[in-house]
Amino acid sequence: MEAVLLRARGVPDSRAIATYLAAGGYEGWKKALAMAPDAVTREVTDSELRGRGGAGFPTGRKWSFVPKDHPGPRYLICNADESEPGTFKDREIIEHDPHQVIEGIAIASYAVGAKTAYIYIRGEFVRWARILEEAIEEARRAGFLGKNGLGSGFDLDVWVHRGAGAYICGEETALLESLEGKRGFPRLKPPFPAVVGAFGKPTVVNNVETLACVPHIMTRGAHWFASIGRPRNTGPKLFSVSGHVNRPGVYELPLGVTFREIIHEHCGGIRGGRKLKAFFPGGTSAPIMTAAEVDVQADFDACAQAGTMLGSGGVIVLDETVDMVEAAANVAHFYAHESCGQCTPCREGADWCKDILDRMVEGHARAADPETLLRICRFSSSGMTICPLGDAYALPISSMVNKFREEFDRRIGTATPLPQKKLPVLPWAGPRPGFGV
Amino acid sequence: MSTRPLVAARPETIAEVTFDATLEERIVDLLRRYPTRRAAILPVLWLCQERYGWISPGVIRAVAQRLGESPAFVEGVVSFYTMYYTRPPARYVLQVCTTLSCAYCGGKELVEHLKGRLGISFGEKTPDGEFQLIGVQCLGACGGAPVVQINDDYFEQLDIKRLDGLLDELTGRR
Ligand SMILES: Cc1cc2nc3c(=O)[nH]c(=O)nc-3n(C[C@H](O)[C@H](O)[C@H](O)COP(=O)(O)O)c2cc1C
Ligand code: SF4
Ligand code: FES
Repeated sequence: MEAVLLRARGVPDSRAIATYLAAGGYEGWKKALAMAPDAVTREVTDSELRGRGGAGFPTGRKWSFVPKDHPGPRYLICNADESEPGTFKDREIIEHDPHQVIEGIAIASYAVGAKTAYIYIRGEFVRWARILEEAIEEARRAGFLGKNGLGSGFDLDVWVHRGAGAYICGEETALLESLEGKRGFPRLKPPFPAVVGAFGKPTVVNNVETLACVPHIMTRGAHWFASIGRPRNTGPKLFSVSGHVNRPGVYELPLGVTFREIIHEHCGGIRGGRKLKAFFPGGTSAPIMTAAEVDVQADFDACAQAGTMLGSGGVIVLDETVDMVEAAANVAHFYAHESCGQCTPCREGADWCKDILDRMVEGHARAADPETLLRICRFSSSGMTICPLGDAYALPISSMVNKFREEFDRRIGTATPLPQKKLPVLPWAGPRPGFGV
Repeated sequence: MSTRPLVAARPETIAEVTFDATLEERIVDLLRRYPTRRAAILPVLWLCQERYGWISPGVIRAVAQRLGESPAFVEGVVSFYTMYYTRPPARYVLQVCTTLSCAYCGGKELVEHLKGRLGISFGEKTPDGEFQLIGVQCLGACGGAPVVQINDDYFEQLDIKRLDGLLDELTGRR
């Protein structure tokens, strides 16, 4: 398909506003400003655009939840936290085409009546935060942002807000807490951010890629957008592909392409002529799929039907040399580290999964371990946690145990007893100057 | 290679902190962006880390006082996030990604090599204060696995030879 979101990749000086304008940039913004805000939202609803941040929620519908009669400010947040393992697509958009994101932010802010927008970007992305800041400044100087943008009477400020290292701050309510200057603890929903969001005001949180789709919907129309992909799964999608493929990278493909096409055609198959063993379809928070499931279509509904999720579209490919117990331990380490600690099933469960899997990897598996892992995961994914991270570790780990059970059982047959336990040692990074300790 | 070394203020020099005019001006500029003073905590901490190299208790007290928060609240925020240094960092902080795609595409080997070459494990600094090694979770650059972040910069598609070349370059610059 024709490149849409990545059309600037490979174009010289692609980040400059002049390049963007020459390619028809900010035309969608002009068009939106000539419409009523509701009509803009309707156009996005008609395009059937679904959120690219992970949950696939219809974007137009999300915008329509913002109360119309609310006095006082509302906010728009662009979620550039990009922390789901296996996901690196938002960075690709920002690297090549930051104005596309800023134009999307402007249109979305206008549609929901936000006069302030924040881009929450993960702290490690220093270079990409700078790129965005420069682009915002360019757009402001060109009169697209700021007071009375394009003479429309609409004021809009856009600010970049850097996170500081915490996966959980990609979750929208944790993001809001973090933006407000607090620890990134997710909030109970409802109320949803569209009603009570940043600083207690109605707020829309959208992913970078979602917002980057919006200018194209404005200029080329909802019907054009909906003609790409399949019904209810429309539009171009960026797939971040990593792991054991010959050509890892970000690929722009219509939703509904199969994982076989992504892995074997676009990415040139498995490295070293080896065989595909398994893959995560949408970051490690999505249940794993086996090589036999490679013909599933990569879109929201087909993945859900296959018992997994498209998530962020981060495809992690594992070849036949990968030991699933080890891979599960690696996944567990991530979530044990990133759980914010508010809920017991998540905080304790992820940690126990990590400890059990580490012990299995070290050769001391116990007969009850696979069932214990499944039990912990069932508890954590039973709706007893504040945010979806409780499911995000439990579903992939239980899927790995279930789909590759014989590898977990094999560990039991060859296990040696656990050596006498050493006393735990306080992880000590040295004295902290100024505290006298 | 344009990676700038980190310069950490000596602890006794930032036991008590007063913001100078330049810093104060930038804080005022930040405060304009948010409806509450509290929201400026993360960006002000970033400013301080840029200036002093790390976040000492003295810095925490100064930030708290400037933004009308208790030091305990600011300390709570600092400790939640992984990127604020609560101890003076080395000149070059090597953050090696240990998550799935990197681990399986050469990352494990890089980690072993780095530990051997520098003689330190995760969380430690070399005695000369030159390098610090941290194992981190996915850096959002998995297509370029294995990935190492050195101070603010990303280095992707590394192998042992290239990484050694980078470290040689950094040490040679002393
Ligand atoms: C644990 C967790 C981590 C998340 N991380 C991200 C992230 O890094 N980037 C992102 O855009 N959305 C992330 N999300 C999804 C957000 O909560 C939110 O649904 C999304 O930003 C909404 O944007 P969209 O409707 O455009 O997809 C995460 C969700 C959870 C539960
Ligand atoms: S589920 Fe986990 S990450 Fe989410 S709020 Fe609870 S403890 Fe925190
Ligand atoms: S797994 Fe290393 S950058 Fe994502």
